[in-house]
Amino acid sequence: MRHLLSTEGLDAATATSVLDTADTLKQTLLGREVKKLPTLRGRTVVTLFYENSTRTRVSFEIAGKWMSADVINVSASSSSVNKGESLRDTALTLAAAGADCVIIRHPASGAAHRLAGWLDEVGTQVVNAGDGMHEHPTQALLDAATLRERLGELSGRRIAIVGDLLHSRVARSNVHLLRTLGAEVVLVAPPTLVPAGAQQWGAEVRHELDPELPKLDAVMMLRVQAERMHGGFFPSAREYSIAYGLNEARLGKLPEHAVVLHPGPMLRGMEIAPAVADSPRAAITQQVSNGVHVRMAVLYHLLAGEEITA
Amino acid sequence: MSRVLLKDVRPYGVGDPVDVLVDGEVIAEIGPGLELGPAADVDEIVHAGGAVALPGFVDLHTHLREPGREDAETVETGSTAAALGGYTAVFAMANTDPVADNAVIVEHVWRRGREVGLVDVHPVGAVTVGLKGEKLAELGTMRRSAAEVRVFSDDGHCVHDPLIMRRALEYTKSFGGVVAQHAEEPRLTVGAQAHEGANAARLGLAGWPAPAEEAIVARDCLLAGHTGGTLHICHVSTEGTAEILRWWKSREADGRVSAEVTPHHLLLTDDRLETYDPVNKVNPPLRTDADVLALRRALADGTVDCVATDHAPHAAQDKDCEWSAAKPGMLGLQTALGIVVQTMVRTGLLDWRGVARVMSERPAEIAGLTGQGRPVAAGEPANLVLVDPDAEWTVRGAELASLGENSPFEGMRLPGRVVATLLRGKVTAHEGKVRR
Ligand SMILES: [Zn+2]
Repeated sequence: MRHLLSTEGLDAATATSVLDTADTLKQTLLGREVKKLPTLRGRTVVTLFYENSTRTRVSFEIAGKWMSADVINVSASSSSVNKGESLRDTALTLAAAGADCVIIRHPASGAAHRLAGWLDEVGTQVVNAGDGMHEHPTQALLDAATLRERLGELSGRRIAIVGDLLHSRVARSNVHLLRTLGAEVVLVAPPTLVPAGAQQWGAEVRHELDPELPKLDAVMMLRVQAERMHGGFFPSAREYSIAYGLNEARLGKLPEHAVVLHPGPMLRGMEIAPAVADSPRAAITQQVSNGVHVRMAVLYHLLAGEEITA
Repeated sequence: MSRVLLKDVRPYGVGDPVDVLVDGEVIAEIGPGLELGPAADVDEIVHAGGAVALPGFVDLHTHLREPGREDAETVETGSTAAALGGYTAVFAMANTDPVADNAVIVEHVWRRGREVGLVDVHPVGAVTVGLKGEKLAELGTMRRSAAEVRVFSDDGHCVHDPLIMRRALEYTKSFGGVVAQHAEEPRLTVGAQAHEGANAARLGLAGWPAPAEEAIVARDCLLAGHTGGTLHICHVSTEGTAEILRWWKSREADGRVSAEVTPHHLLLTDDRLETYDPVNKVNPPLRTDADVLALRRALADGTVDCVATDHAPHAAQDKDCEWSAAKPGMLGLQTALGIVVQTMVRTGLLDWRGVARVMSERPAEIAGLTGQGRPVAAGEPANLVLVDPDAEWTVRGAELASLGENSPFEGMRLPGRVVATLLRGKVTAHEGKVRR
């Protein structure tokens, strides 16, 4: 892998290899008091966040530190970004200062692709930690890692992604990766939250959740951003919750083995009932811990370059 | 008064090569072997090698960026690009900084155009003060200024308030003004970054839906019909808009509604979004294959009247950034002919007379220019472009005359090279160089 910009371009072999590495790392670190591998000693990893996301940034930071990399966090509020410096100049400055890898979170779709274009010449690698409404590939990888743990192989599994598909980079990354890994994907949302052309993503598009439930192996709930609720995408939070919220009754309609995922942060009560979020069927905290191992695996594949052996 | 002999040209690409004698500002004589006759005493001979002679091109939609963004383009650099592209007249859009919404600014732009002298620069006046869409600018004062403004546009913004649009169409009737509309319903395009469709959805770019253009075009046709005003639709980009125009023109054949299409909308599609390279970001956005084909047909059958470049140079930092931060627009003056030849002539949709119609005659008529877009004939003003139809060249943004380098056609081979451009008998461009 040269960069990790999206799951759309990720082939099954590479994705599986990253997931296997994450597994290996998880087993290696299991029960260890000092969670530190020397693998990336001397390498410098920069997190460059133009949007706040404590959860994602901390996950990358821990991943880097457990691999012994030097991790430097740059956030838009504390950097020259607020003084009007362009993304390009910021990127070139970081590369010149010795960054081996830049992990970027940015509100503009395609920002990670642009960054990779500018940094290609100097050899700095780029990880997309979420770009606008486009992709969030490590989230999809950690979701896949979690599903593999719960369900085994994903091939032939049927997985629903429910909620704000229009604005969700998590949905885009998951559709591509789950399909690449052989799963069937069904997208469930009101028509106002389905992007034009989603029918061409190779997933079924449905507007009603209930008829889907008995057929599913997993449900991924998406976050509905608060500002969307006033944008006329649907009449009210209450109506959304009635139609698409994952409550206990709906949980009961899922097969016994089915898993519930949510990328967080959750709107409890609206997107997901508290009892569902806290039930053993939900893998939400497992997603978070897998996030660290998956990001370690990604950094390993980008920066260490060779296959890890158990 | 100088005399120029153009050797071996073919007016409209038809027939055997002839010679054209230009005497002062007019075409004096056309015929074979003129150097043996009255032309023997000339100041210059241009050997055209069988080039096609057409009336000089007229661009209804050029952004010259002066005043305000002289780092992106000036009247001088834009005029240079225009002359090299075969143009003898350009209409400079009003969205400068300060906005060309008053006589002082339009006269400044017009005067700079005269000083440079490479093309006729006609300033477009803003329809509303500051392009804000709230209050009519002093349209009559701009008309009565030295710049004699006839075309008004808030381009970059839509005159979206239907009452303001109605008043603009009514008010400009008294002096033969034209309201040129950038058709974009703003509520349907909040945050829009690309054509609303499969590509934008996949790449996570907020959509610019086709009905946002079509709804305004339909509304404005109805308002033009109701008021008797004259409407021009800028940069038509969708199949639906072409259908609405076809319907309207079949209903009202009085010629008071016209429309333009850009070269890039005749060739490029939203497949170009893939790389997130903002050189492809333009407003209205690049659309689909079906739109491109429909626009070519509409231009060929006259539903869309003419080609206009929407030449929009930008400084490097305004394009070398993330997609959503980039300014929309692309260079157009030096590549327009090549794209038209490729998409319309080589496809058999237009012959050279058709090219003259869509790039010169119709735009001149729409804007009410009397000295431009005239036939290549004795006694007519010598505003001419000579085109080598077979020569191909490779586009290099850095080599174009504009200060910006933002050409989506970078690296593309284009047919149709401008051999020479003449403005009122004076050679303004010859073999890729301008003459001041
Ligand atoms: Zn416009």
